[in-house]
Amino acid sequence: MSIQVDHVTKRFGNFTVLNDVSLHAKAGELIALLGPSGCGKTTLLRILAGLERPDQGRILLHDVEVTDQRITDRRVGFVFQHYALFRHMTVTENVAFGLSVLPKAQRPSPDKIQKKVDELLSLVQMRAMADRYPNQLSGGQRQRVALARALAVEPKLLLLDEPFGALDAKVRKELRRWLRRLHDELHITSILVTHDQEEALEAADRIVVLNQGHIEQIGTPDEVYESPATPFVYHFLGDVNVFHGRMSQDETVHEEAIRQLPAEVDASGEHEVTFVRPHDLELSLSRTTPTQLEATVRFVITAGSRVRLELASKDSPQIISVELTRERYRELKLGQGDMVFVHPKQLQVFKMPGPRS
Amino acid sequence: MAMVLKQPSVLPGFGLTLGFALFYFSLIVLIPLSGLFVKTTTLSWEQFWHTVTEPRAMASYQLTFGASFLGALINGFFGSVVAWVLVRYRFPGRSIVDALVDLPFALPTAVAGIALTAIYSSNGWIGRYLEPLGLKVAFTPLGVLVALTFIGLPFVVRTVQPVLQDLDMEVEEAATTLGANRWQTFRAVIVPELWPALLTGMAMAFARSVGEYGSVIFIAGNMPLKSEITPLLIMTKLEQYDYAGATALGVVMLVVSFILALMINLIQWWSGKRHTTT
Amino acid sequence: MSTEIAARVKNEEWKASLTSESALVRWALIVAALGYLTLFLFIPLAAVFTEALKNGVESYFASFTDPDALSAIRLTFLAASLAVPLNLVFGVAAAWAIAKFEFVGKQILTTLIDIPLAVSPVISGLIYVLLFGAQGWIGPWLAEHDIKIIFALPGIVLATTFVTVPFIARELIPLMQSQGREEEEAALTLGASGWQTFTRVTLPNIKWSLLYGVILCNARAMGEFGAVSVVSGHIRGLTNTLPLHVEILYNEYNAVGAFAVASLLTLLAIVTLIAKTMIERKTASSRTAHDPVWSTQPGNPL
Repeated sequence: MSIQVDHVTKRFGNFTVLNDVSLHAKAGELIALLGPSGCGKTTLLRILAGLERPDQGRILLHDVEVTDQRITDRRVGFVFQHYALFRHMTVTENVAFGLSVLPKAQRPSPDKIQKKVDELLSLVQMRAMADRYPNQLSGGQRQRVALARALAVEPKLLLLDEPFGALDAKVRKELRRWLRRLHDELHITSILVTHDQEEALEAADRIVVLNQGHIEQIGTPDEVYESPATPFVYHFLGDVNVFHGRMSQDETVHEEAIRQLPAEVDASGEHEVTFVRPHDLELSLSRTTPTQLEATVRFVITAGSRVRLELASKDSPQIISVELTRERYRELKLGQGDMVFVHPKQLQVFKMPGPRS
Repeated sequence: MAMVLKQPSVLPGFGLTLGFALFYFSLIVLIPLSGLFVKTTTLSWEQFWHTVTEPRAMASYQLTFGASFLGALINGFFGSVVAWVLVRYRFPGRSIVDALVDLPFALPTAVAGIALTAIYSSNGWIGRYLEPLGLKVAFTPLGVLVALTFIGLPFVVRTVQPVLQDLDMEVEEAATTLGANRWQTFRAVIVPELWPALLTGMAMAFARSVGEYGSVIFIAGNMPLKSEITPLLIMTKLEQYDYAGATALGVVMLVVSFILALMINLIQWWSGKRHTTT
Repeated sequence: MSTEIAARVKNEEWKASLTSESALVRWALIVAALGYLTLFLFIPLAAVFTEALKNGVESYFASFTDPDALSAIRLTFLAASLAVPLNLVFGVAAAWAIAKFEFVGKQILTTLIDIPLAVSPVISGLIYVLLFGAQGWIGPWLAEHDIKIIFALPGIVLATTFVTVPFIARELIPLMQSQGREEEEAALTLGASGWQTFTRVTLPNIKWSLLYGVILCNARAMGEFGAVSVVSGHIRGLTNTLPLHVEILYNEYNAVGAFAVASLLTLLAIVTLIAKTMIERKTASSRTAHDPVWSTQPGNPL
């Protein structure tokens, strides 16, 4: 089922949590709502579920307006951050709950319910724990039960509120991949709220980046990572080096020489800022073009899948972060105190308001 | 209703439950209580003042408040000891003792009254040893003290116990490693934590004792100006159809109760504040 | 699970020995505590039963099979069976409103609920006499219509209800507050109606505290003396509850009879204490050790 969010605004007291937010999700997509704490992503999710009402705007599910529809009528599956499993019911009873509260006319027979529960538990690989209670399960297991429970009522829309937030890193990674595979199997339109950019980049078909109640960018993981629309998105997804002034990757553009000098405020009252990702910086041991930056190696961190270097720029107090493959690092044989020349392979220039701070 | 709710909620039943609760509570508690204050206004100020300050009433205040205060102090000290022993030490029968601490709260006051009287009267289990020593407990103000101590027993223990249980052992260990002996550690580390709970418990014991009736009237002797507590005086006035007098004294007691309840809330709020700032 | 606990206890004991008083002080404290408790608790408790059985077992049972005693028992049960369910509904309603919603005046309401605990029992009875008594506000109207409230069952029920209003609410409120709203919200997203959510999700989560609240409320209702004494008129065989009957017997110098009846009420109190201990164990095992039934609220846990 497709989802349409139309100019939704939500305030809590004097604080505007969502400010004229609009987005459209196609049927069967897995969309991630990504942003820092307080950006409004959970509120938007809860509005979609019917747990909150927007002050302005409309919500349409499959082209039907549901803004005023009660939760119980919406047929939306919601997975809570802290699972919200019914603590006094077994796993089976938890999963069966949605089916057992259906009105008599629609309720399946106990056998049918049991069968459905078994199917779902097998799907989430929790069949063996069917008779356990929530407090006997680990966090990851509880989350899977919560998911099965939400799926039991065959929702047209699945909403997940930071489902893996309370779990440790390894479990998070596993469950994230598992969720993606599940989604590919079931094709339920899903919206996933997360503050973990890795999670969003790995699991989602499209990402909605939110900041302070408004949308910064909507796009596929590639689009959002490679072509960030705003500095915020750049910062939020991955590490970034910020250079004040305009850098150029085109060696032949002489007048756009790399400047470390304070950028003048241009006519429109803005100055230019260049964003470069650490892995988009190329290093060479000797100067090959006049536009390269000169820098000295300060720290080398070799642990991990890539090698990270911190360089001190020659002409300014700036620290430059560079990420190299291990191969390249071995080629260069760099050590602390060595001089290198830095050149961006890919960069993006934004205009920021006001003079350089 | 929407004005009352800070945030409109999807959970159902707010209007129904709050409405019923307020209705019921007003009907059973608030309206009758206010009736007391309204009735007082039918008295002139002089009448009111005269009734609440007559010698018999003053004597009853002295006994009631005095004995309650002393009882609260005794419970403050011994109650803390009991709480300490229950939390820190293990001994056979500990859980039974722990459960029994609530007995004065669960036991009907009349039962407590006759039991205490039986024990402390001149041929009672304890009274027979005290009387030759010149200590007459039954039918004297001392008996009132005993009864009120019994009544207030659980309050201090039950407010201090959870605080002791939640005490972080590490702070005590830190003090020990810094060279403090047990007594110093107790004074510097433990007592400040206990202090608010102790005050609260004593205030509660006091509040409860001040209004106590059933457990006291059997052992008290009930002689006007000597061993008569204020609740009994009110009762006597009622039996004599002196509604105005009973009401006047009732207002005094009620005002005292409210002030005590307010104080208790303040202590809890103040100690709550202290804890969040640390 | 139990070996874990055993290991943890041993570890705690070892750690405790680092910060413990000398054996002498410890024993002195234990003796002081037990001495105090013996004097003010154990002896009175024992006295009830010893005095009751002074004239032998037959006399003991005869004390509560005589007609006045039986009617006192009946009246006590009747008053409690009306007061407790009313306060149960109130307690649940108030706890639901306070625990699951944010509203203006919530703190005030929570404090107000404690009022009956602070009021002297004599006053609790006095206010109803002022309202319904012969000289009271509604008194004349009631007399006209030949409705008796004071010196009759309705007055007793009212006074008993007043005195026991807070008990169930105070058991439920902190518990429901600590349990939050998430499970109820989850139930709603799964399609449950409000009533279904309450009965199938909320109720099972509070059942032990609810049970204890009812038991405590009942014990206090049956044992109430001062308030009922004011409104009842002490009419033997008609408006005497068990505690009042105890008083009458005692004042007639029938100490044994008085204690026999008192022992019934004492047994009720002991049952209440046993229920509390068992329920504490139940709730402690399903929650963390830091959260027994009675310490979730600072101050008077009872």
